[in-house]
Amino acid sequence: MDAIIHFGGTVIGLLGDVLPIAVILIGFQVLVLRRPIHDPARVFFGLLFVLMGLALFLEGLELALFPLGRVMAEQLTSPAFILGPDAEAIVEFAWSDYFWVYIFAAAIGFATTVAEPALIAVAIKANQVSGGTITVTGLRFAVAVGVAFGVALGTFRIVTGTPLHWYIIAGYVIVIFQTSMAPKAIIPLAYDSGGVTTSTVTVPLVAALGLGLAETIPGRSPLLDGFGLIAFASLFPMISVMAYAQISEWRTRRLRDALANLEDST
Amino acid sequence: MKALLLQFLHSLRQSFQDLLPIIFVIGFFQVVVLKQGVPQFGEMIAGGLMVLVGLSLFVQGLQMALFPLGEDMAYSFVKKGNLWLLLLFAFTLGFGTTVAEPALIAIADEAASIAATGGVIADADQARESYASGLRLVVALAVGFALLVGVIRILKGWPVQYLIIGGYMCVVIMTAFAPEEIIGIAYDSGGVTTSTVTVPLVAALGIGLANSIRGRDALIDGFGLIAFASLTPMIFVMAYGMFF
Repeated sequence: MDAIIHFGGTVIGLLGDVLPIAVILIGFQVLVLRRPIHDPARVFFGLLFVLMGLALFLEGLELALFPLGRVMAEQLTSPAFILGPDAEAIVEFAWSDYFWVYIFAAAIGFATTVAEPALIAVAIKANQVSGGTITVTGLRFAVAVGVAFGVALGTFRIVTGTPLHWYIIAGYVIVIFQTSMAPKAIIPLAYDSGGVTTSTVTVPLVAALGLGLAETIPGRSPLLDGFGLIAFASLFPMISVMAYAQISEWRTRRLRDALANLEDST
Repeated sequence: MKALLLQFLHSLRQSFQDLLPIIFVIGFFQVVVLKQGVPQFGEMIAGGLMVLVGLSLFVQGLQMALFPLGEDMAYSFVKKGNLWLLLLFAFTLGFGTTVAEPALIAIADEAASIAATGGVIADADQARESYASGLRLVVALAVGFALLVGVIRILKGWPVQYLIIGGYMCVVIMTAFAPEEIIGIAYDSGGVTTSTVTVPLVAALGIGLANSIRGRDALIDGFGLIAFASLTPMIFVMAYGMFF
């Protein structure tokens, strides 16, 4: 019974997400453009599928994975795990004591990004539009690698207490530099993938990790240092997606050169 | 009907593959690193099944409703040929979907308590509330503005990187002047604005526009709207922190 009420709450919460969109779309379509909606039954069921699908998805995560993930983030950052079972609080530490935290940050960043519904949507579109040159899996993999690196670096920043904007500004410099070198067609998609990575699956787990770290490390404030991990997770996918395109372009070119050489010699 | 079911089964298998990494990571850390058993096995299975079915339904619904809706709207607007209506639509879509976004409400409340403890605003419920709703309004305005500019960019065929890099320079310069408490929130607010329902719609809208205007390439001109929507909130929030 409780489960059903809880599920109802999730559905209502998501309605708040879907309703404004439906009202704006239908309002413009019917009142402003004065065109009937094409195949309304299909659209209605599609929107219903989106709503129920996301509700089931979130509810399932909340039931199975999120609690465990949050407890895990807490345990991995606790003094007892970092400095041994006798430690009460962390007074002195080296950044390398947090070895498992970095690994966990990278692994959970990668894994949650692969399951991120918004990224799946963008990858499907990119695949259709590029005529199959960009594969759904390839793009998601590239983005996930970026998020993994970003979140791991973000936890390192919280542990060492270095200022957030140094990293972000350095990241932007790399983005600008890569933009001038990468194939033109990938640039808009790379920029977009920064924005889609951080939603329903990634944010709750990554935020729990950030807060756990900021609470246990002396001199870090959860309010000031807990933020910022999401910014890392949005920045590095741009770099990794452009790198993915650069590497595949470079490999194609090398292959073509090799073939040309082969033809010359025969 | 049978085709639909087959398609659903196919996407169910795909969703299972999507979830494998999370299951693997959590399992590995639980058993190998933290050396603990897996608790509440039944709930894990039930939750896992719900996630699987949910993700498959979502992807199905995308193809049935959100993608075609976004592209249809784009075609209709281009056919109608009224630029102002299109811009009004872009702004309304950005503003309307952001202002009620649950993730944004959470961040705005948190930001208000940071500002209150930092002494930026009075530590009272009313001051906090007005700060939080002001912040939400600013972010929603920023996203509306972003889609507006993004649509103009698609129509004109401007390269996305000039605008985005210009925006980043703006962020970097403003970081030097904005109050320290607001910087983390401003950077994060860029990431939370684009929800799982908005992203597919906005992507389809951009691609639909690029497809229906001659001389625009769907890959080069169609993408980029989401990037704008993640960038402008940073600028607007820092400005909010500097002037209020």
